[in-house]
Parts: sequence; C-alpha cells; structure tokens
Amino acid sequence: MYAQLVDTGVKRVKGLDEMSPEERNFQEKIDAEIKIEPKNWMPDAYRRTLIRQMSQHAHSEIVGMLPEKNWLTRAPNFKRKLQLLAKIQDEAGHGLYLYSAMETLGADRDEEVAKLHSGEVKYSSIFNYPTQNWADMGTVGWLVDGAAIVNQVVLQRTSYGPYSRAMIRICKEESFHQRQGYQILLHMMRNGTEEQKAMVQDSINRLWWPALMMFGPHDSDSPNSAQSMQWKIKRMSNDDLRQRFIDQTIPQLELLGCTVPDPDLKWNEERGHYDFGEIDWSEFYAVLKGNGPCNRDRLRTRRNAIENGAWVREAARKHAEKHNKANAA
Amino acid sequence: MTEQQALFEYLLRLGDSGTILSQRLCEWIGNAPALEEELAIGNVALDLLGQARAWLEYAAEVEGAGRDADALAFLRHEREYRNLLIVEQANGNFADTMARQYLFDAWHYFMLQALCTSADERIAAIAAKGLKEVTYHLRRSSAWVKRLGDGTEESHAKMQDAIDEIWTYSGEMLIGDEADQLLLEAGIGADLEQVKQQWQAHVTATLAEATLTQPAEDSYMQTGGKQGYHTEQLGFLLAEMQYLPRAYPGASW
Repeated sequence: MYAQLVDTGVKRVKGLDEMSPEERNFQEKIDAEIKIEPKNWMPDAYRRTLIRQMSQHAHSEIVGMLPEKNWLTRAPNFKRKLQLLAKIQDEAGHGLYLYSAMETLGADRDEEVAKLHSGEVKYSSIFNYPTQNWADMGTVGWLVDGAAIVNQVVLQRTSYGPYSRAMIRICKEESFHQRQGYQILLHMMRNGTEEQKAMVQDSINRLWWPALMMFGPHDSDSPNSAQSMQWKIKRMSNDDLRQRFIDQTIPQLELLGCTVPDPDLKWNEERGHYDFGEIDWSEFYAVLKGNGPCNRDRLRTRRNAIENGAWVREAARKHAEKHNKANAA
Repeated sequence: MTEQQALFEYLLRLGDSGTILSQRLCEWIGNAPALEEELAIGNVALDLLGQARAWLEYAAEVEGAGRDADALAFLRHEREYRNLLIVEQANGNFADTMARQYLFDAWHYFMLQALCTSADERIAAIAAKGLKEVTYHLRRSSAWVKRLGDGTEESHAKMQDAIDEIWTYSGEMLIGDEADQLLLEAGIGADLEQVKQQWQAHVTATLAEATLTQPAEDSYMQTGGKQGYHTEQLGFLLAEMQYLPRAYPGASW
C-alpha cells in the first residue's frame, strides 16, 4: 500500500440520519457504487482525505524511483538495464498521472510536493530501506510492487472516479513489473551460483517485514479506516489486505526455494490462511517518523532535484512568456 | 585494415557512444529538474540503450569471436571502448547535459539519416529505426538549448558556459579516419564531409536562435575516443557500469 495512515480529520463516522441532505445524497450514491466525479458535490473532509491519499500515493511513486535508481547504473546486462529503466519510467508516469488525478480535486501539484519536502506529507515507508544488492531489484518488483497491487486491485473500485480509473491503468503496468521482478529472482535461483542464491535469500530476509508493513497498522490501530471505508476510498481493511498478500505470496516463495524470516509462519487449515508472526511495530513507527535508514537521503535527493532545477523551470517559463508575446504581437 | 575489421570498429563506435551516453543519462534519474523531464530523460536513455544493443549485437556477429553484445559492453576495458569523447563527459548541470546532448543529437541525426541508405542492409535497418527516435531527441535538445539560451540571464550564462566547455569535444565526430574512409568507399559508411556541413548548419542556426555565441571556428578539437584514447571520465563510468559482471565472473543474471 502506497498510502499509510491517511488522516480523515473525522472523529466519528456519521449515520445517514445525522447527515445534511447533501451529505445523505452523496453517501447514497457511494452506497449504490456510483462514482463521484470532480464536479459533483462532496464533503470537504472527503476531498481533503482523497487529496492526502492520492498525493501520498503519487509521492510514493516518485520516491520509489530512488531505491531502483541505486542499481540502474549497475544493472548487469542490456536486458535487465532496459527493463529497470522502463520500470522506473513507468513509475514517473504513474506519479504524473496520479498528481493530475489529484489536481481534479482542486489541489496543486507544486504545493503538495512542497508538503512532501517539508515532511508534512509522507510516502510509503518501504522506500526508506536501502537496496543493497542486485537481487533487491527482483525483490522490490516481486514483494513491493506485489503488495502495492493487492491494495490497488481493490482501489480500482474506489469511489472517486479519476482515482479509480488511474488505478485500473496503473495496475496493468504494476502486474508486469511484479512478474519481471519475480523473474529476476527465479533466474538467479535456477541458473545462479551459490553466491547469487545467497544474494536472493539475503534480499528477502531484509525486505520481507518492511513489505508487510506497507499495509499499515492493525485495523484496531487504524483510527481513520472506518470513515475511509464508509466513503469507499478504502475498500478492504489493512489486516485483510496483508493476509491476502501473504496467502498469495508464500506459494511463490516456495517455488523460488527460499524462506521468509518468520518462524511463526505456517498454514492454518482451519482458517484457510497462513498464520504469521507479529510485526515489529516500533520499527514501523520509527520509519514513519523519519528514522528509517534512508529517510533523510530520500528527502534530500528529492529536495535537491527540485531546488537545483528551479533556474531551469524559471528559464522555461520566461522563454515561453517571451515567445507567446512575440507570437501575439 | 580489412573491411571486416573496419566494420567491427565502426559498429563499436556507434554502439559504445549510445551505451555511454545512456549511462550518463541514467545518472540523472531521480534528480531531474521536473517530473516531465524524468520521463523525457528516461525515454532518450532507453532509446539509446536499445540502439546500442542492436549495434553491438551486429558487432559481435561481425567479430565472430563468440562474444555477444553484453560481453562487448560489460567486459571490455577503457582502452577497448570506441565511444566519442563528448558522450563520456560528466553531466554537470542541466545546461551542460543539454549542450552535450544537443551537439551529439545533431550529429547522430544526420549520421543515421546517411546510414539509412547504407549498402549494408542490417546497418540501414538499425539506422532507420533509430532515426525515428533520434528525430525526437534532436527536437527536444534543440528546444532546451533555445529555452535556456533565450530564457533568463542566469540560464543564458549557464548555457553559454556549457557550450564553451563542451565545444572542444564536438569536432571528433566529424573527423574521419581509416575505418570511416574504407566503409565510405564500400558504400556502407556515412559521408562525414556531408554530415559535417549539415551539422554545422543546424548548430549555427540553433545557437543563433538561442542568442548564444558559437565558439571560434578554429577552436582546438580533442580527438582519440574513436581509437580508444579516452579522458579520465570513462574509467569510473565503466567501473560502475561493469561492476556486477566483473565481481561475479561467468554469472548469469
């Protein structure tokens, strides 16, 4: 999930009988699965929550380019380098697409990016972990994009039309990335040397728990979920999404011939699901607060890119201005 | 030098220049001045890398020594690399990158246009496919040279500095050697005299529109890249790019 702990600003979820006629009309549309479009009336809190969620999602796409960029200039052959470059480019495209969808709510891309840079708005915690070996390019595709897809497949049915349509388009590309990532790992496990196989296992060991954290805190610690569920901005709870991800990922893990660093992981016949161990939530909250291994690096890189590029954007504006005038004259 | 040796050299030069410039552009990813530029830079880097692979695949076949495109790109040392010096120069600021890109694109465009009529069908096909991509590269980089040259005072100064700094590396691509001559006579290679005239006309017009001063015609030109004599920039670039295949010899990725 690329948006974690999105604040709705709402303390208590209202029932239909407590709503104003406008609110009731809005909620009834949502209940009837009718998409909300940019020009429709919507509660301010719904609008603000969506802006927050969509901007977090877009920021995650952009910051998420950085851990992959870390290996782009060291990709081992033409095929992998072309794939990785294309994947990173897709992510930039997703970011652009999501920012545009967000702007239909009256938000401004530059203002939202400034909030990212000041630390006011977050991005997915997963991108605050370093990519330390080449296998991470496989694991990021397989687990990170995989976790994102589990969430985004559900978000294709989210109540806001432009967001829902963005998700449909993005999901197609993400599934491709996930298969590509898995392919990197499978190739190393089947055709690789002992060193390469160890690289894969090391990568899974480091990224497994952070990937599970992508789904956010337990439902019981997720105070904003109830409102987001009523608005159908969110369509499945954090814990349900996490369970779904684990259930579909473990068979793929077994096919790789690898393990995850969780001694409590085992199939529960009765529940029809995998049981798994408790996430280290102190780590999750530390990363969210800015204390992950790469938080500072990631934000510094993004800030520098935009600050160092200010003169370029200013020149482009000035040039367009001059030439629009010249054309008008 | 036999025709086969000349052809191998020629293909390496085309392939290596694309590989190295693509690698330089990859360094920009995540650092571009705007999100739209992340996409554009990625696009150009992808095109160049794809073209480089096609040239090097052909080079490997011509060589016939059992190497493939990956072995040529990821396992040759600095002295064996045949790229133009201009593409290995560091990114600098956005104006430096765009000056380098524009001067290369203008050459690349007319070069591929000429190669579209090569007597070697394989070369003609790769050139024709590449030309479509490079048409966009040239449109984009010349637009940026104009935008920055004729933008603000600051951008004008940066763009002028960038052109002045990179200029000494712009002559090499227009100067032929034995391999160029041999393939020209065989109807396979491009006529560099013609490319030179087209390049100069394009550059003069673009710099004028950008309100930039073109460096003196008799400026000293650095050469050697095509023969494997490089600046100190290339070694570090290759050390990074070739890290995995060299650290794990024989591994398959």
